[in-house]
Amino acid sequence: MLPIYSSYLIITLCIMKKESIPLRIFHFYMEGFRSMTLGKTLWMIIIIKLFIMFCILKPFFFPSHLGKFKGESEKQEYVSGELIQRAITP
Amino acid sequence: MIESIDTSLIDWSRAQFALTAIYHWLFVPLTLGLGIIQAIMETIYYKTGKEFWKTTAQFWMKIFGINFAIGVATGLILEFEFGTNWSNYSWFVGDIFGAPLAIEGVVAFFMEATFIAVMFFGWNKVSKGFHLASTWLTIGGATLSALWILVANAWMQYPAGMSFNPDSVRNEMSDFWAVALSPVAINKFFHTVLSGWIVGGVVVIGISSWFLLKKRNVEFAVGSIKVAAVFGLVASILTLWTGDGSAYQVAQKQPMKLAAMEGLYQGGNGMGLVGVGVLNPAKTNYNDATNPFLFKIELPKMLSYFAERDLNAYVPGIVNLIDGGYQTADGKTALSAQEKISKGQLAIQALADYRQAKKNKDELAAQEARTILDENFAYFGYGYIKNPTDLIPPIGITFYAFRVMVILGGFFILLFIVATILSYKNKFEDKRWLQWIALWSIPLVYIASQAGWAVAEVGRQPWAIQDILPTSAAVSKLSTSSVQITFFLFLILFTVLLIAELGIMVKTIKKGPASSAE
Repeated sequence: MLPIYSSYLIITLCIMKKESIPLRIFHFYMEGFRSMTLGKTLWMIIIIKLFIMFCILKPFFFPSHLGKFKGESEKQEYVSGELIQRAITP
Repeated sequence: MIESIDTSLIDWSRAQFALTAIYHWLFVPLTLGLGIIQAIMETIYYKTGKEFWKTTAQFWMKIFGINFAIGVATGLILEFEFGTNWSNYSWFVGDIFGAPLAIEGVVAFFMEATFIAVMFFGWNKVSKGFHLASTWLTIGGATLSALWILVANAWMQYPAGMSFNPDSVRNEMSDFWAVALSPVAINKFFHTVLSGWIVGGVVVIGISSWFLLKKRNVEFAVGSIKVAAVFGLVASILTLWTGDGSAYQVAQKQPMKLAAMEGLYQGGNGMGLVGVGVLNPAKTNYNDATNPFLFKIELPKMLSYFAERDLNAYVPGIVNLIDGGYQTADGKTALSAQEKISKGQLAIQALADYRQAKKNKDELAAQEARTILDENFAYFGYGYIKNPTDLIPPIGITFYAFRVMVILGGFFILLFIVATILSYKNKFEDKRWLQWIALWSIPLVYIASQAGWAVAEVGRQPWAIQDILPTSAAVSKLSTSSVQITFFLFLILFTVLLIAELGIMVKTIKKGPASSAE
């Protein structure tokens, strides 16, 4: 379904103007972005949000807790140790 | 064994996850519901060719766009938290969780990112039919995203289709379809998505009512209400139906959650459903003689019917679930909490023995340990439970949240019926009292939606994965202060985003539909 639809999207964009496919897609998006009014504010919010999330929160506050271990076997060892040590002794 | 984990670390990690999920869920249901409504309006435009419906669809598309833009990617923070705050959990379930989330990522990116551009930029640039297909595919993509997230959540409530590998310390998917099509997943998907449709319906009727109260854009408002009221009515009736299915699944798979939802301490045959009630704060112990209710009105035998499809069926209460010994529906004798704890401890010890035997290259000992682990793995998580009372979820939140959801759900059905009748008789615009009710129903529908999640998530405590892993074992060993810092960072970030959304949305609504063609 999706590949068919994507093909249709490309063909339709080709029919719209007699330009090369990548150029037509590029123009479609460029014209869309240029004609935005409220959309520009929304895009600004999205970009700021993504910047905060990926450039501040993720590296400084949300490093992978298991990222400090090298390779799968070290991670397995750590997690199994955690799961075993936290159990309640009979 | 026993390495104590600070309970405040667990509580703050849970609070942080809950905060993120609550804020994320402020945006998602409106995307799901409003997306369908705008697609219906555009379909009417496509069928009739009336410009009125194009303008109407474009206005609601703009509201959809604001909500989508502010809400997009807020769910990614939950994935950050899995890796940082819930690393044991993430590792333990990685293979199961990874597949649905990977599909979700691809589908969300491909469908939503591609077709939403055509939906917003394609007016007058592509054919009407092509644009309409893009609109439907945008909301289809959003709904499919929700499907995979909800499949992952349902697996945590009812782990199925996997086997535990003690070498990798991971659950590995053995049957994708058992995960994707589990009865809990199917019910959860439809119930949750349909509840989003109700949010869409109420928001459209509420905002349209504001226009009527201001006596402006009356034709637009009435037209919108006609579509949203019928859509909301269908959605709310289907939500009622899927809610019944969800409750049945809870009774079968998570009986402690059902007991908490009902404040049911002592079970029995032919149990009644509490319609409304006030819990007794003096009840401090699950097996003391104190009446759990100060006041309640029951629907006789209905709890037994909803739980087992039999008016006289046995429904266990909290005391029964902890003491065990009752006959289950399949004729077995229920284990007590203490027996389950012993089995869980056996399973964890067997995991330790297995790994030690593997290190010693003692295959016979490893095989013996593996057999014990496999036999008791269904109770693995009970090995982390110190006291049987730790298995009781917070009764007050679960009980009241369930009633808030159900009572408001009933109110929305009534609202949609009245709105449908009056709008099609062209009398809605005269009823200012109804317009005020509809406007104030907007916050109520969000409260109902959040209450539903509170029932699902608070009611399954202490489990991160039902019976397999409690939150005390799932949480990463971090300093509590670092979790507190990120909690407040999120609180600030999300509140700013919410204020931005409300500000932009209110401004756009005040401009009205005439400006939406820009």
